[in-house]
Amino acid sequence: MGKTIAEKILSAKSGVDAHAGDIVVAQIDLAFVQDTTGPLTVRQFQAAGFKKLAKNIKGAVFLDHGAPSQSRELSNDHMFLRQFSKDTGARLSDVGDGICHQIVAESLAKPGDLIVGSDSHTVTAGGLGAFACGMGSSDVAMAFGLGKNWFRVPESIKIEVSGKFSKGVNAKDLILFLIGQIGADGATYKSLEFAGPGLKNIPVSQRLTISNMAVEAGAKVGLFPSDDLTEKYLVERGRSNDFKPLAADPDAIYERAIKINLAKLEPMVSKPHTVDNTATAKELAGTKIQQVFIGTCTNGRLEDLEIVAEILKGKHRHPDTRLVIVPASREILLTATRLGYIQSILEAGGLILPPGCGACLGLHQGVIGDKEACLSTANRNFKGRMGSADGLVYLCNPATAAVSAIKGEITDPREFI
Amino acid sequence: MLTGKAFKFGDDISTDLIIPGKYSYLRSNLPELAKHVMEDADTTFVSRVKEGDFIVGGNNFGLGSSREHAPLVIKMAGVKAILAKSVARIFFRNAINLGLPVLICNTDEIKDGDTLEIDLQEGVITDKTNGKKLTFGKIPEVMLNILDEGGLLPYIEKHGDFKL
Ligand code: SF4
Repeated sequence: MGKTIAEKILSAKSGVDAHAGDIVVAQIDLAFVQDTTGPLTVRQFQAAGFKKLAKNIKGAVFLDHGAPSQSRELSNDHMFLRQFSKDTGARLSDVGDGICHQIVAESLAKPGDLIVGSDSHTVTAGGLGAFACGMGSSDVAMAFGLGKNWFRVPESIKIEVSGKFSKGVNAKDLILFLIGQIGADGATYKSLEFAGPGLKNIPVSQRLTISNMAVEAGAKVGLFPSDDLTEKYLVERGRSNDFKPLAADPDAIYERAIKINLAKLEPMVSKPHTVDNTATAKELAGTKIQQVFIGTCTNGRLEDLEIVAEILKGKHRHPDTRLVIVPASREILLTATRLGYIQSILEAGGLILPPGCGACLGLHQGVIGDKEACLSTANRNFKGRMGSADGLVYLCNPATAAVSAIKGEITDPREFI
Repeated sequence: MLTGKAFKFGDDISTDLIIPGKYSYLRSNLPELAKHVMEDADTTFVSRVKEGDFIVGGNNFGLGSSREHAPLVIKMAGVKAILAKSVARIFFRNAINLGLPVLICNTDEIKDGDTLEIDLQEGVITDKTNGKKLTFGKIPEVMLNILDEGGLLPYIEKHGDFKL
């Protein structure tokens, strides 16, 4: 019987012939924590009596959610995690290095890997063909200590893509459209597996955006095959040895299949307060916004900043709309600086924050006030997510965000580009 | 047998509603963090909830972040079980890992303030206020074993490994 990508990876890592519905214990390649879930993970690790990381596992610690720290409490948590990294040899990404999921994609994740992280957007690495899923602190603590955990092999939903995105439309619109169709729990416990001739038109930087948001449909993983574009991404980072091809078998069994023609997609927006509350940017045109937030593990990549800088070049943000931009990693900020994107953004009245999560989780650096509306390239718009529980968060692609910052209201980017 | 009062919430109760990200800096001070449980969904919850009560949700309870602090502060509030029509994957696993049962059942007819009696062994929930009985879905065996030990840590301490 043919296998899906999820079944292949979990079979390889558990040593059993695993199929959807089976529960397996599998060896983990990489386990990581970030600064808001890490302290509890480390305490659980210590409470269970562990002192060292399991031999088979790579461990990593990321100080990214509150970076730099906004309080004494968080600074103490950072110190605690740095010490854990020193004691165990877990790789440390300190304040300013960037968001865990971006660095995992840039430097750590390989096709075919099994990855767990104490952050729900760990799914991002599925864009590189890694079975990567979010877990809580106790589960990641056990992964650190035992090098393994239990997994239920998920049923898969096949997303077959054809065609090519039109101008102003990209991967973000595909995933917002899909979540709007199947709902915020439309893929709960499932693997979303992407396939079809349209994949050659979705580079890895955009695949990461799609996989990142698989969890917003409830999915356990969002998986892309590892193909020529995956190889290109890894080679560009000097990681050609990390490449291996990986795809589902032609006779793999899926729970269902959904077909999407990329050419038919429009710029999408998720309205407050759930991600599946979608509309087109056109339908929402004219909605006033007080802040535009561009960044996060969803859309803070170089290719996103390129789109934004091109639109902003020579223009200025609307006087009533703040423009906050957070590159997802140090590597991205460096390259964006070299290529002049940062200059264009600053000249347009934008503000650049240090690589990290910024205001995405409502902790600091651009939280919104009561009844303020923020148009964001992030992945979540839950009530209270970005600060005030009376605030309104809308989600969109980077082009929509940039154009809307100029107009001060939600705007379909196709009118401009 | 568990007996307590139902605190009823709607669909899509996210981890941000359970414990917002803005309080992330309090996560190493759990008693302080726990003061904000369910704050953005119901500001009066924390002062009204009593040891032994239940949280009753609708669809997709616990969606969002992987923060184990969400079930943790619910547990710290004295809540003995969460009932919902469906539950998000990571939240489900986290709650069980902390020894907090999540029971999947049709919660439509449970009203806020109803007194519930839950028989975990028999798998029956009795709503003493409206007299109706409900059954809940089976929890996968591996999770049941973790729950039986009171959570993942005691489970691993006892078995030293995952036993399937
Ligand atoms: S950018 Fe936002 S969604 Fe991504 S890891 Fe940081 S807080 Fe989470």
